[in-house]
Amino acid sequence: MASLAPTFGRGAMTNHWVDIKNADLVLIMGGNAAEAHPCGFKWVIEAKKTRSAKLVVVDPRFTRSAAVADFYAPIRVGSDIAFLSGVINYLLTNDKINHEYVQAYTNAGYLINTGYTFNEGMFSGYDEAKRSYDNTTWKYQMDEATGFAKIDYSMQDPQCVLQLMKQHFAPYTPEVVSKVTGTPQKDYEKILEMMGECAKPNKVMTILYALGWTQHSVGSQNIRTMALIQLLLGNIGMAGGGINALRGHANVQGITDMCLIGASLPGYLANPTDKEATLAQFIEAKTPKLLQAGQMNYWSNYSKFFVSHLKSMYGPNATAENQFGYDWMPKIDGAQDVLALFERMHQGKLTGFFCQGFNPLASVPHAAKLGQALAKLKYLVVMDPLTTETSEFWKAHGEYHDVKPEEVQTEVFRLPANLFAEQEGSFTNSGRVIQWRWSGADAPGETKGDAEIMAALFLKLRDMYADGQGANSEPLKKLHWPYRIPNKPSPEELAKEVSGVALADVLDLKDPTKVLAKAGEQLAGFAQLRDDGSTSCGNWIYSGSWSQVGNLMARRDNSDPSGLGQTLNWGFAWPANRRILYNRASCDANGKPWDAKRTVIKWVGDKWTGNDIPDIRPDAPPAEVSPFIMNPEGVARLFAFAGMKEGPLPVHYEPFESPLAENPMFPSNAKAKNNPAARVFPGDQENFGTADAYPFVATTYRLVEHFHFWTKHSWLNAVTQPEQFVEIGEELAKSKGIAHGDKVRVSSKRGKIEAVAVVTKRIPTLQVNGKPTHTVGIPIHWGFKGVTRPGYLTNVLTPYVGDANVQTPEFKAFLVNIEKV
Amino acid sequence: MTMLDIQRRSATTTEAPQVRHLPKIAKLIDVSTCIGCKACQVACMEWNDLRDEVGKNVGVYDNPADLSDQSWTLMRFSETEQNGKLEWLIRKDGCMHCADPGCLKACPSPGAIIQYSNGIVDFQQDQCIGCGYCIQGCPFNIPRISKKDNKAYKCSLCSDRVAVGQAPACVKTCPTGAIHFGTKEDMQDYAEERITDLKARGYQNAGLYDPQGVGGTHVMYVLQHADQPELYANLPANPKIAATVSLWKGITKPLGLAGFGLIALGAFFHFIKRGRKEVHEDEDDQLAIVRQSGSNGRDA
Repeated sequence: MASLAPTFGRGAMTNHWVDIKNADLVLIMGGNAAEAHPCGFKWVIEAKKTRSAKLVVVDPRFTRSAAVADFYAPIRVGSDIAFLSGVINYLLTNDKINHEYVQAYTNAGYLINTGYTFNEGMFSGYDEAKRSYDNTTWKYQMDEATGFAKIDYSMQDPQCVLQLMKQHFAPYTPEVVSKVTGTPQKDYEKILEMMGECAKPNKVMTILYALGWTQHSVGSQNIRTMALIQLLLGNIGMAGGGINALRGHANVQGITDMCLIGASLPGYLANPTDKEATLAQFIEAKTPKLLQAGQMNYWSNYSKFFVSHLKSMYGPNATAENQFGYDWMPKIDGAQDVLALFERMHQGKLTGFFCQGFNPLASVPHAAKLGQALAKLKYLVVMDPLTTETSEFWKAHGEYHDVKPEEVQTEVFRLPANLFAEQEGSFTNSGRVIQWRWSGADAPGETKGDAEIMAALFLKLRDMYADGQGANSEPLKKLHWPYRIPNKPSPEELAKEVSGVALADVLDLKDPTKVLAKAGEQLAGFAQLRDDGSTSCGNWIYSGSWSQVGNLMARRDNSDPSGLGQTLNWGFAWPANRRILYNRASCDANGKPWDAKRTVIKWVGDKWTGNDIPDIRPDAPPAEVSPFIMNPEGVARLFAFAGMKEGPLPVHYEPFESPLAENPMFPSNAKAKNNPAARVFPGDQENFGTADAYPFVATTYRLVEHFHFWTKHSWLNAVTQPEQFVEIGEELAKSKGIAHGDKVRVSSKRGKIEAVAVVTKRIPTLQVNGKPTHTVGIPIHWGFKGVTRPGYLTNVLTPYVGDANVQTPEFKAFLVNIEKV
Repeated sequence: MTMLDIQRRSATTTEAPQVRHLPKIAKLIDVSTCIGCKACQVACMEWNDLRDEVGKNVGVYDNPADLSDQSWTLMRFSETEQNGKLEWLIRKDGCMHCADPGCLKACPSPGAIIQYSNGIVDFQQDQCIGCGYCIQGCPFNIPRISKKDNKAYKCSLCSDRVAVGQAPACVKTCPTGAIHFGTKEDMQDYAEERITDLKARGYQNAGLYDPQGVGGTHVMYVLQHADQPELYANLPANPKIAATVSLWKGITKPLGLAGFGLIALGAFFHFIKRGRKEVHEDEDDQLAIVRQSGSNGRDA
């Protein structure tokens, strides 16, 4: 997410599940699709069967995905950027790039400020005290006459992005990459060759990744490195291409779209901060300035999306006079990510906590710290269908959770909620396809839906403020609550609100005599949104999902005229029912598809047409308007002058717990060992272990038999994977005298677990920087509640540090020791 | 009347019905596209109303650790190195539904094991006497005697679903489409396609597992290494019905007709009993029942 938006303009899976079948080469790295996405994985198999596609898996473990791959190569956890940077170096030095694409659709020819430098692992502008960069020197050179960015289309200027990239990635030779990653050089070179083939216009690679890339202190840059490869190969916008973040939970894309991340509002609008005191200031700050002539710069419509959102929040109470209720919006005064939240709780600064569909004691790193934090709460409310570990954090569960209940004063309330399958509503899948679904069973007992619980709470609170007493009650009182049954908003009402409605007649901007939507009608899409208060829309990217035609999410027509899996009448995809993002880039500069057999859209003289909703203005001439419409320069950013905390180009940094004494790329600069822009809270640095005491590399992951910490409550899942285990390679097992089935203790600086040892050939010993490196694999699914055999929360082991941009914790790379019990 | 025609019935000589035209069916398990997700195990337990125990991890991914009266199918994981490359072979184990079923041949209880004309071999537990001879007769080590009711259980190929035109539950649920179901002929044709693809990917010995020693099977595998089926958790290279079972069918029958049936039966049971690893306390009682039913002369 956090890396795709600064690169392409939107932070989402570019293609969709079915489209995977159109690939010639499928790379699975930073994920294990067969394990974590077994249903979607069918499209990988389909590509293999119907296109003779090749599947390559790169992973520290020989996974279930690897079991059906054509080629597998091992890699040390936390060294993906080195691996992928070597690919970029190979593509650039061996001329394996799609020149026309790179020249026309990326910022390869853009000139960067001469103040920009990169030395010994650090970019210009670093402030060590703040552990952050001032990115002024990373900007484009601007042409003062035109006001637009300077470009050298020959891509020869030493300050142009392509030349800076050549220089930046040159050190990542196959020898160096092999040394850093532990990937055997022979295997690595084979993968380079396979990927390089996909620079041909009729060869397309897709990449499937998931938490194996995000859950690192360099998570966003892992993904960005791959995004650069796909741009150089010309694979973005293509059927069978793209960069595909596989989302795990059936609706995690949906919750992200609706503002899972504390710093954002629905539709990835920013949450206002104290810096933006007025609506005008906020809009000014968030609306990007055009960087190249004639480009769409779609975020220039920011005010329409935002004001329509305010109208959905405050209804008639939001007027032009009161800035549409902007003052009632909470203004963020600091980091709102999960690590920051529990840090504040741990410091005793947060005393009440509503925990909705979330089991943080199990799923946040450093469980001991989490337990201490929860114990500092005055009250904890858990809304969940299951008895979670979090809701019993205060209770002793033997060796698995050793606490003294008498020392915990937190009052815990449990509100039994429905399970998703017991609710009607929408699911948004990984490929942005929103599908309406109906409840599969009645909810048991007195459980209630989440919306119903929240509504009851809201109405009660509003009543308590009704007498006019109480501070800061305006936001509560002014909230628009139009539901037919106030304490039970229906899924239909909510979906219509999210999609958007005309509050007054919406007129055509080009021809004001034409009414596009009459007052009271559902809007057809975000093109009809206005910033004058005449439209209301809960989430602009979902606009049109419930139009005047009806609930488009409930459509179930799977006809596929192109045979590419572009089922445009099945559900509704955001944005605008578009299935492949940036699909304009599937055609050359003249609008002709790079591969006619995989035509997504094409230019037919006066308009764009084809097998998808064009991701461009339908009448935009190909030579004038560039494909990346969300970026104000119209092209994708190989060099991200903004949006990435640790730099405009990816750099290999070691995980915060690394088996190496220094960063092998910059051995003389200790400051560049780990991500220089990652945040570490006081006290957590001391809790990082070192290789002398914890010599083995560890990584945590999921198993196909279970879903997070839920399915241990389900008997059949428990039957198929009943007991906690860890996986180690044969060499490590031998050196530690561990046989398969033995009980072992795995410890980190923060805690220990005990589990059964699975000794396997599938975890190879790697030669890293000249030394053998062993990996300990730790599946996450066990805990002290449920019907599986009781186990330890694996997050007692993991470090409390996250990605520099979105703070996704580094669950995937840390250090442990292991011994036979 | 059952929806499917019964072609053969254990310990019975009644003629099979011959009027209806029912094609032979088969389940094809393409090991090369199986990810070992165990959805088939769960679907099997759900459809057949089975609930195995929450077991233990014994150092491998195989769970439950073995087939049982509650687990009629399970994934067996094998790690092997072939041509210098690591492979993780995952085979869905369960009844192979042999065309020439050793279990049926060995079964002394009339109608406890039947074979439908479409090829499905099904156990009729109400007729089962729990003697365990089907286990002895099976070259794939599939049937299991329940501790709960002392009857034999195994995969029915969802004969109840197939009878009404539905694919077996495991086929229906398989997320990658590694399990296919249809006429045996169609399955053989589809297997050819898969084998061609695998050969193109360098698996020179890819092939179909449809062992002729048991007359072919109605559950078949596409294997990457069809020349070495034992790589796949000891799938037998050349399965055959045990000699003792052939003896029971081949020699005892004419002897029985000559009036020596009971003697031969006794000798056979003695042989079998000595050959078994586990002897149940109540076996003598079972034997008595077997003798009674055997003496009815339906088959002997």
